[in-house]
Amino acid sequence: MARIIVVTSGKGGVGKTTTSAAIAMGLAKKGHKTAVIDFDVGLRNLDLIMGCERRVVYDFVNVINGEATLNQALIRDKNCNLLYILPASQTRDKDALSQEGVGRVLDELKKDFKYIVCDSPAGIEKGAHLAMYFADDAFVVTNPEVSSVRDSDRMLGILSSKSRRAEQNEEPINEFLLLTRYSPERVKLGEMLSVEDVQDILSLHLLGVIPESKSVLNASNSGTPVILDEKSDAGQAYADIVARYLGEERPHRFIDDKKGFFRNLFGGK
Amino acid sequence: MSTDSKKSPNKLIALEFKTSTFSVPVLMLLTDDLISIEQQLKEKVNQAPDFFKNSPLVLDLQNINKLSSIINISALVGIIRKAGLLTVGLRGGNVEQNKQASELLIPVYSALSGSVLAENKKEKKSSPTPESKVDEKAGVIITTLITQPIRSGQRIYAEGDLIILSQVSAGAEIIAEGNIHVYNTLRGRALAGVQGNEDARIFCFDLQAELISIAGNYKVSEDLDKSVRNKPVQIYLQNEALIIKDIVQPH
Ligand SMILES: Nc1ncnc2c1ncn2[C@@H]1O[C@H](COP(=O)(O)OP(=O)(O)OP(=O)(O)O)[C@@H](O)[C@H]1O
Ligand SMILES: [Mg+2]
Repeated sequence: MARIIVVTSGKGGVGKTTTSAAIAMGLAKKGHKTAVIDFDVGLRNLDLIMGCERRVVYDFVNVINGEATLNQALIRDKNCNLLYILPASQTRDKDALSQEGVGRVLDELKKDFKYIVCDSPAGIEKGAHLAMYFADDAFVVTNPEVSSVRDSDRMLGILSSKSRRAEQNEEPINEFLLLTRYSPERVKLGEMLSVEDVQDILSLHLLGVIPESKSVLNASNSGTPVILDEKSDAGQAYADIVARYLGEERPHRFIDDKKGFFRNLFGGK
Repeated sequence: MSTDSKKSPNKLIALEFKTSTFSVPVLMLLTDDLISIEQQLKEKVNQAPDFFKNSPLVLDLQNINKLSSIINISALVGIIRKAGLLTVGLRGGNVEQNKQASELLIPVYSALSGSVLAENKKEKKSSPTPESKVDEKAGVIITTLITQPIRSGQRIYAEGDLIILSQVSAGAEIIAEGNIHVYNTLRGRALAGVQGNEDARIFCFDLQAELISIAGNYKVSEDLDKSVRNKPVQIYLQNEALIIKDIVQPH
């Protein structure tokens, strides 16, 4: 059975596209045929991170409108032949997506792919809504700061009440926390929330912590998902996350175990 | 709920069950088209907004079930709630619809009489329905139980008591006409006794609320003393003042 994963956050710029590219590559590298879809119509970032921007001919909106077939629009990744990218259109606005159209494309993808990763745009409007609507699993990307945590909480409320699974009274979406751009030093200085602080507020299963890392910028400049940089801390963190998602047990890394400043400040347990 | 012995030291009998008859409007559905239902309901309510405001209502599905319709009870109840009405019963439903209603804690009545279906009664042991000829609201304490976290931006309204087993996030709002129990951290806004019940109380496991209110008397986060934060407390009204106390009282 195919599974649809949405990478979502509410807040912008927290690392959704970076994460989508990394985990889609990770799943494909583990031998699962995977498609990654850019739902950020009008901005189109995923193809840059995946390094396939010069091969984009047709996009997601063309497929929905019947102007191209799925096979014409899907781009095979240059590093892994089990990974395909469905890019977003740069010339349309968000209204070009319809729930019926998105459902149709996902249904078709499900016949052929094991995992379908949906890179959500920021916000809680139509684009973000459509990206999460059909999901089976949600990776909630959160930065260790109060506004990002609050937006993630908001998004979790939407996942549990406005998704297809919620509307049809099915099993709820599996929700996972991905804490990104984490810097133990800044946590120690009290400039960031700690892992425990965030988990205390969100009470959500932690899939992994991705450290703040220069390797992410290097990877996006070279158009290769950071997970392929096996020596980098962020690459290893994403590899751990993919492995845990697939059921392997791996100890958490890149976390400072010291108690968070906020917790001390607010007199937590 | 006057189980507080301090408040009524002389009372020995705390409650009594009685049977009484209420007249409640029945909403007879003729189609399963939720959009038309929502629209026409709105039109009807707009004709007499005061009459319909928070009025209880029994849903009758007899007619649409003759047409082998499929209807999502939860969505339907949501539409009715949005129109300002409260669903207190379902009749003429099929097995699946009755099951959905039970899950929403809505009593199920048999198609013809107003009596509660036996199956439904068994499930709700706590509902004091001494005999079958009980009308919709008579003696029934409507309790809403929620096991999922209530997240920022979500709002829950309960016609009776509200029991929440998960956390209530900052930016969420929980509202009840009766008591509120939160067996977890309460970070959002909690409003009990919103229809004016001054005996309503709020109980929570870990008080970090943005706002607490009983029958319109409220305190915001800033007003909460350090001594009552981050611990299990109960909140009640005494002489129009909110009292916040440890749940566990020293003897
Ligand atoms: N772990 C990390 N370490 C350092 N920089 C990071 C990390 N993760 C993401 N970034 C940087 O943060 C910026 C935003 O990342 P990204 O585009 O993945 O976020 P997004 O959530 O998809 O944004 P948007 O909401 O605009 O779609 C990028 O410049 C990226 O390089
Ligand atoms: Mg993005």
